[in-house]
Amino acid sequence: MIKSHRFLRQFIRFITLLIATCAIAFLLMEASPIDPVQSYIGAGVAVSPEQREQISAYWGLDQSPIERFYTWGNHLLHGDFGDSLIYRRPVLQVIGEKFTNSFCLMLAAWLGAGLIGLFLGCLMGLYENRWPDKILKTISYLFASTPAFWLGLLLLLFFAVYLELFPIGFSAPIGVAAADITWGQRLYHLFLPALTLSLTSFANIALHTREKLIAIYHSDFILFAKARGESNKSIFFRHGLRNILLPAISLQFASFSELFGGSVLAETVFSYPGLGQAAVNAGLRGDIPLLLGITLFSVIFVFCGNLMADILYGWADPRTKEASK
Amino acid sequence: MLLEVENLSISFRRYENKAQQILLPVVCNLSFSLDYGQIMSVVGASGSGKTILLQAILGILPQEAIVQGNIIFQGQTLTPKQQRQLCGKKIAYIPQSVQFLDPLMRIEHQVCQGKRDTTNKKRQEQIFSFLGLPPATGRLFPHQISGGMARKVLIACALMSNADLYLVDEPTPGLEESIVQDFLQTCRAIADQGKSILLISHDIGSILPFSDKVAFFYAGSILEIANQADFTANGQNLRHPFSKALYQALPQNNFTPIPGHAPYSGKLPNGCPFAPRCPKFDDCCQQEPPFLDWRNGKVACFHAT
Ligand code: SF4
Repeated sequence: MIKSHRFLRQFIRFITLLIATCAIAFLLMEASPIDPVQSYIGAGVAVSPEQREQISAYWGLDQSPIERFYTWGNHLLHGDFGDSLIYRRPVLQVIGEKFTNSFCLMLAAWLGAGLIGLFLGCLMGLYENRWPDKILKTISYLFASTPAFWLGLLLLLFFAVYLELFPIGFSAPIGVAAADITWGQRLYHLFLPALTLSLTSFANIALHTREKLIAIYHSDFILFAKARGESNKSIFFRHGLRNILLPAISLQFASFSELFGGSVLAETVFSYPGLGQAAVNAGLRGDIPLLLGITLFSVIFVFCGNLMADILYGWADPRTKEASK
Repeated sequence: MLLEVENLSISFRRYENKAQQILLPVVCNLSFSLDYGQIMSVVGASGSGKTILLQAILGILPQEAIVQGNIIFQGQTLTPKQQRQLCGKKIAYIPQSVQFLDPLMRIEHQVCQGKRDTTNKKRQEQIFSFLGLPPATGRLFPHQISGGMARKVLIACALMSNADLYLVDEPTPGLEESIVQDFLQTCRAIADQGKSILLISHDIGSILPFSDKVAFFYAGSILEIANQADFTANGQNLRHPFSKALYQALPQNNFTPIPGHAPYSGKLPNGCPFAPRCPKFDDCCQQEPPFLDWRNGKVACFHAT
């Protein structure tokens, strides 16, 4: 009973969130000085005012903003996301394609950040206030405050330009047909952007894990485990890890939004043809349908992450499970 | 003797104004011994350093603690390494509350420490029935059981080890009178099997009937070690002014509280720690009183009776 109630509340929150973000994104695009017709035509191409009007009418740009938003919403409810102005294809198709690329990147970065963060967090926690902890903590703070694009440029400079170990950009070698691209090539192109993203986002989870592990190591049940003669190894794996693992994973799910934000920057730096780059293009060239589509999509994505974090948290701790019953 | 503690002193390193290191004495020059089959209670106010004493015997003090003196267990002076080996095998700890159980682990796994083979399972069943715990308790998580059951689970953890020495921390607070009696009876039953129990409490009234010896702990020192038989009428057979006063402060004996309060560690008076509150104080009390045998017990006072 209470459970379904909670579910309903979550759902209403989700719908309001969706409508609000779309409306705000739409308003911002309306207010922006970019003329979608001009960016559609491209710079330096001469067109007569009549042609201009035709284009405008074709895309529905001659209608009032409220009318357009209403029409868009109406179509959306019938499953039609509209067509992208710059790609000249259905928005859903564009998002689908870009997202596959982004998904690999984000998944790799997500796993990377999670594993690095968890590992370093445990290390810091175990060496509380001794030199490994102090050094790693400084490093974590450093990376946490490093802008993703700057770190990306730095890695690009060093590994791609100077050492020539990795490609400079894109998700696959240039001039190879999509069907012929191997997984090895994909991963090879994925490495640097994923590393950039992992490095800028591991700190959060590492510092959180550190705090949590230290708190646990100061708790009475660890003292009792010591008093019962458990080895350090057993204390860490049986009690320490058990108590930090699921909260850490939940936190990792909750970090979806940052990952999304970071991937926009990383994709731009590495010319990686993902959703983030598409969003930047859509914004710069006044492609409202695509931008709104991406907005919608990212809201759903981030919301799912948070929901997952919520569910996991409840599942991880028998105490919260009890409370929600 | 099962356990002998000789001149045990524990202090904590603290940093004041960042660089300046000061030593905070918590336990000063403690000596006592405990024989097989005995229950010895250490009584004193909460926060007087009694738990630290238990942790020192177990060797699980925090790193900033400095320990001096000897802990002799079954004739062997313990090194930190030996302590680690004996912990949980020969020496078992029974802590206070459910906080000492891992909140995310089912009770049976904690009791058996992860080794649930057939012998361990059998042993756990026996212990549960000995303590009157329903077998289904094993499948529960710590937050699902009551305080009294948690206490029994903690005893079960200790009994799994089949140790010779049990260190029991504050068995009384937060529990119903009947559960406390139950618990102490269990302790007595364990001791009657030839094991020894060192019990720590601030509630002398409840633990007295179950103790063979009582050590009065005050501001880090033991002021008197008395026998069960010394607790008569209004305590005239006790030796130290503090223990007399403490005994007289019990509800069943007049309820006369001792004026003043215990000193904070770090601000101990020179000489006898009880001096500021002692009715018998005189000049010689400004030296530290020696801990001497006195009428079958031990006492640290220049004017012991
Ligand atoms: S030594 Fe002196 S001050 Fe201390 S308890 Fe005895 S009489 Fe009192």
